[in-house]
Formats: sequence, C-alpha cells, structure tokens
Amino acid sequence: MSTVNANLTYNYKVVRQFAIMTVVWGIVGMSLGVLIAAQLYWPSLNLDLPFTHFGRLRPLHTNAVIFGFGGCALFATSYYVVQRTCQARLISDGLAAFTFWGWQAIIVSAVITLPLGLTSTKEYAELEWPIDIAIAIVWITYALVFFGTVTKRSTPHIYVANWFYGAFIITVAMLHIFNNMALPVSAFKSYSAYAGVTDAMMQWWYGHNAVGFFLTAGFLGMMYYFVPKQANRPVYSYRLSIVHFWALIATYVWAGGHHLHYSALPDWAQTAGMVMSLILLAPSWGGMINGMMTLSGAWHKLRTDPILRFLVVSLSFYGMSTFEGPMMAIKTVNALSHNTDWTIGHVHSGALGWVAMISIGAVYHLVPKLWGVQAMYSTALINVHFWLATVGVVLYIVAMWVNGIMQGLMWRAVNEDGTLTYSFVEALEASYPGYFVRFIGGLFFVSGMLLMAYNVYMTVRQKDAVAQDNAAAQPA
Amino acid sequence: MSTFWSIWISVIVLGTVFGCWWLLWATRKSQTTDSETDRTTGHSFDGIEEYDNPLPKWWFYLFIATCIFALGYLALYPGLGNFKGLLGWTSTNQWEAEVAEADEKYGPIYAQYGQTPVPELAEDGDAMKIGQRLFANNCAVCHGSAARGQVGFPNLTDDDWLYGGTPEAILATLHNGRMGNMPAKGTMPSMTNEQVDQVVNYVLSFSGREQDAEAAKAGEQVFGQACVACHGPDAKGNHALGAPNLTDNTWLYGSTYDWIKETVVNGRQNQMPAQSGRLSEDQIQILAAYVYSLSN
Repeated sequence: MSTVNANLTYNYKVVRQFAIMTVVWGIVGMSLGVLIAAQLYWPSLNLDLPFTHFGRLRPLHTNAVIFGFGGCALFATSYYVVQRTCQARLISDGLAAFTFWGWQAIIVSAVITLPLGLTSTKEYAELEWPIDIAIAIVWITYALVFFGTVTKRSTPHIYVANWFYGAFIITVAMLHIFNNMALPVSAFKSYSAYAGVTDAMMQWWYGHNAVGFFLTAGFLGMMYYFVPKQANRPVYSYRLSIVHFWALIATYVWAGGHHLHYSALPDWAQTAGMVMSLILLAPSWGGMINGMMTLSGAWHKLRTDPILRFLVVSLSFYGMSTFEGPMMAIKTVNALSHNTDWTIGHVHSGALGWVAMISIGAVYHLVPKLWGVQAMYSTALINVHFWLATVGVVLYIVAMWVNGIMQGLMWRAVNEDGTLTYSFVEALEASYPGYFVRFIGGLFFVSGMLLMAYNVYMTVRQKDAVAQDNAAAQPA
Repeated sequence: MSTFWSIWISVIVLGTVFGCWWLLWATRKSQTTDSETDRTTGHSFDGIEEYDNPLPKWWFYLFIATCIFALGYLALYPGLGNFKGLLGWTSTNQWEAEVAEADEKYGPIYAQYGQTPVPELAEDGDAMKIGQRLFANNCAVCHGSAARGQVGFPNLTDDDWLYGGTPEAILATLHNGRMGNMPAKGTMPSMTNEQVDQVVNYVLSFSGREQDAEAAKAGEQVFGQACVACHGPDAKGNHALGAPNLTDNTWLYGSTYDWIKETVVNGRQNQMPAQSGRLSEDQIQILAAYVYSLSN
C-alpha cells in the first residue's frame, strides 16, 4: 500500500516465540495422543502407575494439542496477521511478552497438574481454578493487545481475518469464564457453580464452542490470511465472507445441545441445538468455498508448493468434517453414533485434518519470513511431511468410522427374542484392529511433526541471514 | 417454564434463523453482478485483495433450504419454549412407544413359557436358549458369562446356595433382590485381636484347611458367641438369612487366613439388585429356570 509508514516496525519476536512453541507443543501433545492410542491396544502401557494412566493422560493430550499446539498457532498467526493487515505494531511489546510467558506457564502447569490427578472433570476445561484464573488474565491481556492494535491500524477497514480472530478472542473469554465458575474448597479443588443438567448444558455450550470458536473461527482467521497470501490470489468473495462470518458466529453458540441428545436436557434445548447445527452447514462451507475458490487460476501451484497443499487439504478436511458434524447432530443419526469411536474420528478429522494441517501450512509460511530467510531449509521435507500427515489422518479417521459404525450397530443388534446379540466386550474386541490402525495413523502424523521440527531448526540456524529483531515493514 | 422465558427462547431462536435469512437476501440484493467478476472491493491488506464476487448460487440455495428445514422442524417438534410442536413428540413418549412396540413384538415369545413350572421349563431346550441370552444381557456382568461368579459374586453352577436353590427361592431372589450383610465381628463387637485369630483358625478347620490347631480349639468358644446366631451351631449356614455354609470349602470372598480375617474384622455387605420392573414376569420365570438348570 502507498500509505506505508517508513518508521513502522513490527513485533516479530513474540510471533517467533509462539511459532516455535507451536511445533514443540504439537510434538508433545500428539506424542501423548499416540501413547494413549497405544494404551488402548496394549493396556499394560499404562505402566500400572496413576500418573501414566489413560484417564489422566487423555486430558493432558487434549489440553496440549488444543491449547498448547492450537493456542500457540493462533497467538503466533493472529499477532502476525493483525500487525501486517492493520499496518501497525502491536500496542505493547510488554503485554505481548506477558501473553507468551503466561500462556507457556499455563500449559506447563497443565503438564504438571493433570498427571497428578488434579482436575475439575470438565472436558477440555479440566484445569483447576487457580489455573483458570491465570487463563482469564492472560486471555484478557491478549484481547487488549489484539484489539488495541486493531484500533490504531493505519488501514481504513478491518480485514476479514481479524473479524474471525476477534470473534474467537471475545467468545473464548466468555465461554471460559462462565463454564469455569466454581466454588474453591482448597488450593487445588473446586466444585462447579452449576448443578445437574444445567452443568451439563454449560459444559457443552463451552465444549462445542471450544470447537466452534477456538478450533474453527480462530483458524478461519488464519485461513483468510495464509491461503490468499501463499496462493498470491485475491480472496474469492468479500460478500460471502460477510454472510458466512455473521451466520457462523450467530449459530455456533447454539449447537452445544446436540451433545446431550436423549438425555435429561429439556426437549426444546435438544431441538434448538439440532436445528442450529444443521443451519451451520452452509456458513461453515462458506469458509471452505472462499478458501478453495481463492485458488481458481492458481491450481497449478499445488504441483510445486507443498505449503499450499497443506492449506488446501486442510480446507477439504474442514469441509468434510463440517458436513459430518451437522449430520451427526441429527437425533436419529446421533442415536447410532453417540458414545462410539465415530465421534473420536469426527473430532480428529477436524483436529488433525483441518486445525493441524492449516497451522502447519501457516508455520511453514511464517518461519522463513520471521527469520528473514528466503525459504524453508528443505521443500522436499515439507513434501514428505505433507504425505505423512495426509496418510496419517486418513488412516485415523477411516479406522474410527469403521469402528464407530460397527460399535453402534453391534450395541443395538437384537436377537429374535429382543435380547441383545452382542455383549459390550464383544464390541470392544471387534474394535481392536481399528485401534491398531488408529495408532499407526497417529504415528505417521507425529513423524511428520518431527520432520517439521528438524526443518524449522535448520531454517532458523541459518544465522547469517537472520533479520533484525524489528524487521522493517515490507511494502505490500 | 414461565411465559417470559418461553417468549425469550422463541424470539432468540426465530430471530437467529430469520436473521440468517435476512442477511442472505440483503447481501444477494446488493450484488452488482450475477456472475464471477474480476472487480475487487478496492481494499488491499498486506497485498491481499478481495473480489466482489456474488454468493455462489448453489450455496445460497443450500443455506435457504437449511433455514426452511429448521422452521419446519421447529413447527413440528418442541423447540420454541413451551410450544409442544404439532406432532406432540417428546423424547419420553418416543421411548414409551418403542418399549410398547418391543413388548408387543417380543412379549408373546416369553408369554408361552411364563406359566410353565421352573423344573419343567429347565428341560425345554428352546426356552433355555432364550434364558442363556437373557442371562448374558442381564446377569453376566457380575456372575460372568459362564455363571461361575467371581469374588463377591456367587458361582451359580455349583449347587451351593446362599438363599436356597429351590425354584421358589430362586424366583424370590430374582424378583426382589437380596441384601447380604455380615456384621463386623458378628454378634460379638468386643472381640479382641486374639479372639479374631482364634475364630479364623476355627473356621479354617471346618473345611480341613491348614490351621493353628490350638488357636482353632480356643476359637470354638468365640464362634459360639459371635457366629452361631446366623451360621448355626454346626456352621452349616441359614438360607433364611443368606448366611453361608462354612463347612463346604466354597467361598464367596476367598479362603485364605487373610481373606477370612478381613471378613471377620470388617464384615461384608453385598447386594443382588431386584429384577421386578426391569424384566417382565415371563422373562424372570425363564431366567429362574435357566439358573435352576445350571445346577440340576
């Protein structure tokens, strides 16, 4: 743009820190995932210790991948994108540094407290109340830095990526604070402020929007910058981005009720949760279309650019899992899929296929720019990583589809006298091949992450090419 | 729920659906072209521009279709506050209808056996196949799929009964359940550690298990004070109370010194849940016959 301020510099330091920790927590969280997948196949791998038991490591896995890996990717990209699209430096380097160190301290405290069995028992919100308060403080600081920077932008409009990042930051603050309302009884124990079905509804209002805002809106913000940037093409449709943004944030907050179909939740809340989940299909696909169609005229780049391939395949998985989600929210489908491995497969087609792959693509795009080098150390390794990740996700979700549908059908199969055909254990026994394939899929995905760590390390090591801490603004 | 909350919910739900609808129409109306264009909005953010392309038609109609489905569904099913929906559906009446349908379909299969006496039914191969499946669904989780039990859960195949193995006793157990309770130190709360040791050795002696003969001899008197009320002077137990026979070397909780000591010191509580109401009378009759057949 012609209005570039010659004196403008960006704070890349905090972006670099978060980008590195994205890779680190990715490896930690996904390795834990592979370990607990292995425990389901070889139960003795829990080592007969409470600290390494599946029940304690599973929440550590989810916290490490969602808040460690996903959170760091969102911090890194949002700080980068908001500065570059607003042509403004972060309002405070100090506050930005506070969010980095604060967030790392929170994830480290999760790594310590969860294996010790300290948990509030709320899924994806297991951390106990002192850590919850720390999260709220860091998050509000994040909001100050982000919106403060948007406020002092030198562009006339706010770019669509920042709408999504902004919605994600505000809504996650609201979800986190209200779901974690609790009465502390000691330094490490608290009880939820809500009782019974109200507590369940609060939990899944939070839980589904951890998916809807943390893992979707935030990553759509990422998509809206890195896809057009990497493809070097204009965004397909500004109008589409307006409609799907407002529709997405308006309907997602309703969808949590579909986690509680055929439960004690009043019928009206179940119905509202189901219809809003169905309406969500089009707004979700709006993001996929806008990303995919941005590539029209640039499809040939997929042949040579594995970073773009990561971004595009992530959009395909996004489209697939946001079709699957509304289908699973239909009561009759849910009656089959609920409590089966199908749900696990659905989550991972979103978490690995969409969230992880777009983050990986974004980090590969970011790292050379942040350290002022021409390109990643090895494009061939990115390509290998791409195939490891894709094969890994496909193995994972196919295994869980097969297992999930089989379990659902076995559980409901009845003999001619109305008795159940299979005992629970028979359905479990039949699931073992799927558990093994899932473990292999996870192994593929983590090996890709290890290659990435090596590639990032080798890129950063090219010290002679390192840019100054405060790189000068690049004219657009 | 109160009228206020009912209206509150309806307004927000319908407001969200119609809001989406309005947003779609308003955006479509303001479109300057129906086909793809090279014109951008004129903004550039870090070099990224945005085309002024129209909403894809198929996407627009998909969105409208889901909104129409939602409105139709909300008219038919309960979703708008207190409004019951035109179909009168509730998750409770769906469940009741499914249960009624199952009863109608499967009821006659069980009814043909419901009046047959247990010993006769136990000889009926078809009935026992059903019995085995009922057992696998309802009993195997505690008693095991082979009905051999586990610690705390009786073996049902050894013809050794806590509450009696007659058809009537088995039926009563199934219908009403059983609450087993062995009080800590029996009827002798003042039992000393030495006396515990003595009575444990005495109990071991009934079934010829290894014991300290001297302590066992002293235990006879302790047994007389603490145990005979339920287990009887001959230690053969009492079906009326569910007190086990201590002389047959069949053990519900384990036969070693340590296990028995644990039982004497802390007592035991146990429960067999009642099946009346969970299963039909006819099904219970078949199950009783199946359990009877395991020992007869």
